[in-house]
Amino acid sequence: MRLEMEPFGEFAGRHIGPGPSDIEPMLEVVGAKSLGDLVAETVPEPIRLRRDLDLPEAVTERRLLDRAADLARLNRPFRSYLGLGYHGTLTPGVILRNILENPGWYTQYTPYQAEISQGRLEALLNFQTMVIDLTGLPIANASLLDEGTAAAEAMLMLWGSRGGGGRNVFLVSEACHPQTVAVVRGRARPLGIQVRLFQHGDIAAHDPDDAFGALLQYPTTEGAVLDYRGLCDTLHEHGAGVVVAADLLALALLVPPGEFGADIAVGNSQRFGVPMGYGGPHAAYLAATDAFRRKLPGRIIGVSVDADGNPALRMALQTREQHIRREKATSNICTAQVLLAIMAGMYAVYHGPEGIRAIATRVRKLTWTLARGLDQLGHMIVHEQFFDTLQVIPSGFTSADILARARERGINLRDFEDGTVGIALDETVRGDDLEDLFAVFRRDDGPELGAGEVAAHIPEPVYPMELARTSSYLEHPVFNRYHSETEMLRYIHRLETRDLSLNTSMIPLGSCTMKLNATSEMIPVTWPEFGSLHPFAPVDQAEGYGRLFDDLEGWLCEMSGLPACSLQPNSGAQGEYAGLLVIAARHEDRGEGHRDVCLIPSSAHGTNPASAVMAGMRVVVVRCDENGNIDVEDLRAKAEKHADRLAATMITYPSTHGVFESAIREVTDIVHQHGGLVYLDGANLNAQVGLCRPGDYGADVIHINLHKTFAIPHGGGGPGMGPICVTDELAPYLPGHPLVDVGGDAAIPPVSAAPWGSASILLISWAYIAMLGRDGVRAATEAAVLNANYMASLLSEDFDVLYRGEHGRVAHEFILDLRPLRRGTGVTDEDVAKRLMDYGFHAPTMSFPVPGTIMIEPTESESKRELDRLVHALVSIREEIRRIAEGTLDARDNPLKNAPHTAEMVTADTWDHAYTRREAAWPAPSTREWKFWPPVRRVNNAYGDRNLVCACPPIESYEAGPADAAVE
Amino acid sequence: MSDIPEDLRYTPEHEYVRQTDVEGEVLIGITDYAQGELGDVVYVELPAPGEEFAQMEAFGTVEAVKTVSELFCPAAGAVVAVNDALEADPGLVNSDPYEEGWMIRLELEAPEDFNHLLTAEQYAALVADADEM
Repeated sequence: MRLEMEPFGEFAGRHIGPGPSDIEPMLEVVGAKSLGDLVAETVPEPIRLRRDLDLPEAVTERRLLDRAADLARLNRPFRSYLGLGYHGTLTPGVILRNILENPGWYTQYTPYQAEISQGRLEALLNFQTMVIDLTGLPIANASLLDEGTAAAEAMLMLWGSRGGGGRNVFLVSEACHPQTVAVVRGRARPLGIQVRLFQHGDIAAHDPDDAFGALLQYPTTEGAVLDYRGLCDTLHEHGAGVVVAADLLALALLVPPGEFGADIAVGNSQRFGVPMGYGGPHAAYLAATDAFRRKLPGRIIGVSVDADGNPALRMALQTREQHIRREKATSNICTAQVLLAIMAGMYAVYHGPEGIRAIATRVRKLTWTLARGLDQLGHMIVHEQFFDTLQVIPSGFTSADILARARERGINLRDFEDGTVGIALDETVRGDDLEDLFAVFRRDDGPELGAGEVAAHIPEPVYPMELARTSSYLEHPVFNRYHSETEMLRYIHRLETRDLSLNTSMIPLGSCTMKLNATSEMIPVTWPEFGSLHPFAPVDQAEGYGRLFDDLEGWLCEMSGLPACSLQPNSGAQGEYAGLLVIAARHEDRGEGHRDVCLIPSSAHGTNPASAVMAGMRVVVVRCDENGNIDVEDLRAKAEKHADRLAATMITYPSTHGVFESAIREVTDIVHQHGGLVYLDGANLNAQVGLCRPGDYGADVIHINLHKTFAIPHGGGGPGMGPICVTDELAPYLPGHPLVDVGGDAAIPPVSAAPWGSASILLISWAYIAMLGRDGVRAATEAAVLNANYMASLLSEDFDVLYRGEHGRVAHEFILDLRPLRRGTGVTDEDVAKRLMDYGFHAPTMSFPVPGTIMIEPTESESKRELDRLVHALVSIREEIRRIAEGTLDARDNPLKNAPHTAEMVTADTWDHAYTRREAAWPAPSTREWKFWPPVRRVNNAYGDRNLVCACPPIESYEAGPADAAVE
Repeated sequence: MSDIPEDLRYTPEHEYVRQTDVEGEVLIGITDYAQGELGDVVYVELPAPGEEFAQMEAFGTVEAVKTVSELFCPAAGAVVAVNDALEADPGLVNSDPYEEGWMIRLELEAPEDFNHLLTAEQYAALVADADEM
């Protein structure tokens, strides 16, 4: 007898869709003898990896969870009162389980298809409304990556609107969080912006006349609450704009930035129910005055109407974004922090205005009690007015004594490195926590203080009139209706059902890699040993994280073929930016700082040119040939022409057209010959893992979208992670951090506020790789290639597949050309996308990289059955288009032009269309099994962009009728 | 077919130029063909009166739902006035590109430049070529 020593449960078979019995019939359709043959015909011979990856063997799901528990035990979650924009918080259980741990919320892509994204669009509108209310500013976006980068984006908004005079100085208050200052400095430098630190008291001495803007922290990093009215007036008088980085919870009690003169407010919404996670992910916010409505970076959710005139939500003003403006964009932001913004918004929905005020008031009283107690113990509190943070001058102890005594009790305090210590409290703090703090500060002869006792003998804290908030907030019904858990549960579920996510059907978005986000990968993320660590806690308290980083860095290096790694970049676009800065730093170090030309093919993702400009480079566009490949001769000519100034090229491989270009080696050689380095956009790494390695064919830097290839869920538009791997030569320049020792010896400034970006979700990629193991990751890649070629083969009878490699193979995705179908029928790619919703599918990527086409990426996780279902839907739609061409369906009144069809529409008393209700709503047999009803009809984009409303409209407007619904 | 009025002049970038009653002053907008290609216009960014532009220098942008295009100055000159109505109703560019949807009024540096622009016939040929592709 042979006994299996491990419990049943090999993960690869669960992750990869096609089972062993599917492979053969699929290969037959594709016309390949074996999977090996298919791969050989897909990946060019010269770049094939000739060995197994040096990765560990796969572990089962059960064992993986044991290993994660081992790591968890190595972390020691102290009570961290470090502040700096990160605080303990209590995630309401109903939000934790029904949003953060729910694939109905975390598996979607960015809400480009508005009609089937109404749930999270509403949740994001709640977030924007909350931000607008609390900051007192009229417009807000749907989140940014972190507070540091949000401050940098705000700086660039002011810079971009500075008008004449060429002002080039950005004043930054010395009382800002140090990581924010470092990120802002880093972003300023490549653009030639000069960052000048100043003290609040002597703004005049800092010559605001040459400044275009200033950044203030509110309350300050030391905890002081100051009246900024005078300072704002002075700055405005001198023509400088004002950015205020503000704590959202403090704004429940303090005069909001919009009322004391701020032009822009930014900050972190983490303490609204999102665990610290050793750095993230959490959602930053950005709000501004109306003058900036067309300058806001990132995504804005706006109100519009659908084809029936009913209110409907969608992303507004998309022409501001990098995918449209490319090198003219002012920001490269793409992925944001949707899931976390939704959580923060839901925290406000759950607590409502009274709840938020009560939480803020309690934190304030705790801090007030702590201050009085420390005073009684003989210590000095530096600032008169504070919210949750105290700066303390210890008496009878050195600051080092205090920090050590705190640590003995499992407490982290902030070391200001000037003899003072900082204590930042939060909603998790209890009376006995205060007593532990009193004990830390108690000299042997001092009194033993009880929190209740101290509190009983002091008056209620009252802010002076100029600081106290009098305006109301969160008055919209959504923040006042769902305070019982039953109501909240149903509200969350109601919104969830309006979104099509991976628990409904495949989301075949090309270049997005919407693969399985396995439950076992997700489970450890919400364990408190990972969630409750402060990003700036001493590293010896995060040994579990340390091992996780080591494992993951090593594995990513092995798979990419590049030996050094930084886990800091918080998104793919940020990885691009970081990678280009690393390249620029190397040129500068060699006395070639003048190298600033970046060659980018016309087919590149829009973030590439936008990132290059942010990194201070000049974009030169390289043509693509008629097969969609980089025009090598054009590249050669441009590399030669700019040889003296060539800094880098940015290429995507396999190309954004879904093809393994044979000339890749030639491309990288040409760039190297002319002194440039090769930046590889890792968006399509899912076609390469185990088959070929970017480092082997000439890449110097690659960013890896962990939210694509390595299974971090898209969260409806974030979180993402974009670590970079680089050559040994570039390793010294990997990004550093002012508070934690990371990065190379000659590190570039931090690109994220936290040293390892959104550390807690690295667990997901770590678990993915560990469970697939050496053979599984390659098998996943092969299955991704098989699935794409299988679908392309089946669909090529009815559609034109636009680009193929040398041997007629596509990579892991492919493009269907819909332009020929438009002639004579008027059917557009948009009509096809919306019609797919009636079939229960999310559309493929539309009009990227080629207008009028759709790009399909099935990923390895989809089964043959699901692929067949999508093929059937597309073929059926093709047949509908044929009927339009023949005249048996009306050219205007047909199921494509009217798509999607809502339940309300097809069950209405009247039906006056030239096709049946059945054809409208039940076009495929599989819809009988499970019908996803789009909650709204086609959304009118122009209406919403012409009448921008980015907060929850008053409830009466819904009742007043569509004509008034979205008018300001 | 898009409307290409005979009495106007054009640029290859799809701006039209209309002679006004005032010698040397022209009205500039985008053609019917251009608005059709862009789709619903949601915003037009225009310069301030008094600003000067060289020939084919960008004087503003026109934004549709999914795309943004630069607007090019057909000939060197100074902006005399801009069409403020577009701020409240950018859809005028779609509904009435040649009349209500005009964008800027420009005083030409050299009035004879007008005659060097494309004629309606030349522009029509250019549009026909573009549609062929």
